[in-house]
Amino acid sequence: MKKILIADDEHKIIMTLEYAFRKAGYEVFIARDGSEVLEILKTQIPDIILLDIMMPNVDGYTTIAEIRKNEAYRNIKVIFLSAKTGEADIAKGLEMGADAYVTKPYSIKKLTEQVENLIK
Amino acid sequence: MSSPLLFLLVILYLGLLFFIAFWAEKKKSNFWINNPYIYSLSLAVYCSAWTYYGSIGVASNQGLEYLAIYIGPVIIIPAWIYINSKIIRISRVHKISSIADFVSLRYGNSRFLGALVAIVCMLAVIPYIGLQIKAISDTFHLITHTVYSDNIFLDTATYVVLIIAVFSAYYGTKYVDASEKRLGIISAVAVESFLKLIFFIILGVFVVYGVFNGFDDIYEKASKLPDFTQKNTFNGLEGAFNWFLMCMLSMTAIFLLPRQFHTTIIENRTEKHLKTAIWLFPLYLLLMNFFVFPIAWGGKILFFGENVNPEFYSILIPQKFGNMMIAGMVFLGGLSACISMIIISSISLSVMLSNNIIIPYGWLNSLKTETEYANNRTIVNIRKFSIFSLIILGFVFYKYLISSATLFSVGLTAFVLIAQLAPAFFGAIFWRRGSYAGAVTGIIAGVLICYFNLILPNYFETTYQNSAVFNFFKLAYLSPVASAFFWSLLVNGGLFMMISSLVAGNYRERNFAELYVDINDYIQHHENAYIWKGTANISDIRKILTRFLGEKKTRQALKIFNLKYNISDENDSADSRFIKFSENLLSGRIGTASAKILIEGVTKEDKITLPEVLKILEESKENISMNKQLTEHSQQLRKLSEELQNANETLVIKDKQKDDFLDSVAHELRTPITAIRATSELLLDDDEMPAEIKKDFLGNIISESDRLAEIINDILFLDKLEAGTTPLNLAEKNITETYHKALKPLLQLFEQKHLHHSEVNLLQHEIFEFDEMKMIQVFQNILGNALKFANEQGMIQTKFQEKDGMLKISIFNTGKTIPSEDLQYVFEKFYQSKNQNLRKPLGSGLGLAICKRIISAHGGNIEAKNKEIGVTFEIFLPTKNETT
Repeated sequence: MKKILIADDEHKIIMTLEYAFRKAGYEVFIARDGSEVLEILKTQIPDIILLDIMMPNVDGYTTIAEIRKNEAYRNIKVIFLSAKTGEADIAKGLEMGADAYVTKPYSIKKLTEQVENLIK
Repeated sequence: MSSPLLFLLVILYLGLLFFIAFWAEKKKSNFWINNPYIYSLSLAVYCSAWTYYGSIGVASNQGLEYLAIYIGPVIIIPAWIYINSKIIRISRVHKISSIADFVSLRYGNSRFLGALVAIVCMLAVIPYIGLQIKAISDTFHLITHTVYSDNIFLDTATYVVLIIAVFSAYYGTKYVDASEKRLGIISAVAVESFLKLIFFIILGVFVVYGVFNGFDDIYEKASKLPDFTQKNTFNGLEGAFNWFLMCMLSMTAIFLLPRQFHTTIIENRTEKHLKTAIWLFPLYLLLMNFFVFPIAWGGKILFFGENVNPEFYSILIPQKFGNMMIAGMVFLGGLSACISMIIISSISLSVMLSNNIIIPYGWLNSLKTETEYANNRTIVNIRKFSIFSLIILGFVFYKYLISSATLFSVGLTAFVLIAQLAPAFFGAIFWRRGSYAGAVTGIIAGVLICYFNLILPNYFETTYQNSAVFNFFKLAYLSPVASAFFWSLLVNGGLFMMISSLVAGNYRERNFAELYVDINDYIQHHENAYIWKGTANISDIRKILTRFLGEKKTRQALKIFNLKYNISDENDSADSRFIKFSENLLSGRIGTASAKILIEGVTKEDKITLPEVLKILEESKENISMNKQLTEHSQQLRKLSEELQNANETLVIKDKQKDDFLDSVAHELRTPITAIRATSELLLDDDEMPAEIKKDFLGNIISESDRLAEIINDILFLDKLEAGTTPLNLAEKNITETYHKALKPLLQLFEQKHLHHSEVNLLQHEIFEFDEMKMIQVFQNILGNALKFANEQGMIQTKFQEKDGMLKISIFNTGKTIPSEDLQYVFEKFYQSKNQNLRKPLGSGLGLAICKRIISAHGGNIEAKNKEIGVTFEIFLPTKNETT
């Protein structure tokens, strides 16, 4: 079973993603901020992480920087999910090592397809 | 004290002054150059030996009379701001380097008048220099208990005078241009002025508190002396009249004495320094005179019945009590007073002697054909020679002509002579009609009257005692000096005005009259206002300039001129502006009159009639005023464009802020929309969704829609608050009741989170003036914020108190603190902290921003503070007493 880690501080957004990916047959892990992501990564290596940028305590940028530093997490795909929609924001996100950048609001269906394509 | 020892002390002291002059000249630091205190202190060159010794003599012989010499300047000094600003501007514009230039230029740039003024100054000042030398010599002998010797090689004064002459000749002629500032000399004089004041005050304190038991003691003992009452009154109307004339006399002296004109006008660097001088200089005079009377009377008490010269009480008193240190200090103070006077006087006189007499009357032809280098050397040598010969002449006076006269009377004679320049001088800056003929006649008549009434009687008293000339100008109730002053100035001023009114001056005088009286109109483009008609070639004039300025400086000067008036370099025909400009370039070096003569030699001037001049003046005035208007106009334009630029910058910043704000709004709206969109998509596509989840999801859609609505409402509300379109609805209300209204709908939520809510009320009274609806909103926003961040089972506590005239409401909640770097940002829209990615909006993200706006509109303030276990929001509202 593929593992997905969803990191967002908006409870209502997490609810939808959790429901959708469970239904699509993923094992779902939830994090409320960057520090929780890094905590989970100590025990679990997910195939993909959906990472919000603006989160309390440890933000998305810091989190991806930590992930990309660690050789053990080399194979983890990361998709930024963000309400920051400027071109510069997208470029920065990709430059920091994200495999894709999806702007909010998104279509759940398309997001699921994108995730599947990435970890195929 | 032994003679060689004192002489050594003198040498050391002079060495110190040399060093200061050398150091200031070398460093050219801002401390010396741009220092209003140095300027003001240099003016105290007014206080010569006469002040140091003579005043005490007069105070003990004549009583209060000495004060008049200082009261005159103190009365007129406030007017300096107006009068001296004007004189300084005129002198700057015309490159004037002495009072002789100043007066003679105004009356048609007359060579004769310049020489006349120079001669008057020398007549007055050379004996005065002799007086200073006499004071040095007398006090030297007094200190060393030696006897005055007729052999000039045994007289220490001879050597001191020689050193001073070398010093003045060296530092006084550093620049060929006499209108240049002499930094080294002025700095040394300022230091001397400072020292002489300090030494005199030390002496005063010594006499009053060391010798006597304070002022009362002196007064008590002095009042027993036989002449006490008589010396301390004005002696009725006659005395008062004398006093008044003495005040007038010193009032003119402070403007006209060459050393005063030199320090006040020529050495002035910026008119701003006058502002310091007008309070510091009178203060200096006051301090200098404070102890004169006590010392004089102290001396009279101590030396009652003895035959000693009261002028030297200041040295005799410390000597009597064996205090050699103070006697030595007084000697050095007196020496300072003497040498600054000698130095500045000899420099200013030497400029007149060279620029107004020697060069224009004899040396001009030889200067015409020499090179720049040779000319500069000649000019400097003439000045050096002048300084030397003036000081030597002073020495001759001291040695052979004035030994018997007292310090005070020689000083006063100098004052009266110098005062003869007053009508022409003040007429120059205030009266357009004043003419050359009037000025010359007045000055000559005035000087003659002085000569017959003041100077001759000094030497040939018996011969002239009964002559008609002498007696005609005598008034029974006036002192000889006062009567000479009165009559000479009456005749002088009368002739000046009468002849000026009868005989109109020529066009050149009329031209300069305009340039002097209305200097403020011409300060910018004064060359424009100079009238000259004729033919002249720039190349001819250029040759002359090169002979004095050198090739390089001449080229630079012409370039500046061409730039200033927008003239092409190829143009060779000189106009009036160029003539005046060239004269100015030469004026500082060889004087205004010689400059004119030299330029005249290579140009051909056409005669202009007076009416023509008046017409041209009228036109140039119009031109200048038009120019002025244009300048003003362009200044206005520049100001406007600056304002526009500022406005534009503000707009750019505002625009950026607006963009940021819109970005934030878009961002805030996207979050609930993301949730709504995703939830709806799932509900639409997934038919098998369990009813429970379906219900949750639908609930989410509703709450997120509410959130959207809330954000939109808050944005609009905030916008209204910022635009000021929702005025406060102020009314007197009970603040705790309002708080409870805000609290009520939240209580249930508190309970759900098991939060403990409490209130502390320290208010004496609870009625305040505020907008109740808006305050409810503030409370709810802060309480909502507290509710969100308080930990489970934590507490919220609200405290009301009055502090420093403010109503203070603190709302505290336990829980996480705000990162300290974010504290200042929490009240910004969407909490735009510098760590943007950590931002977590509270509700709409606008709640606290709204609170801040509302509280500010009330004239209050709101702050967030971290406490040990939570966060406090403190609201400060002005109480009614404060606002009204």
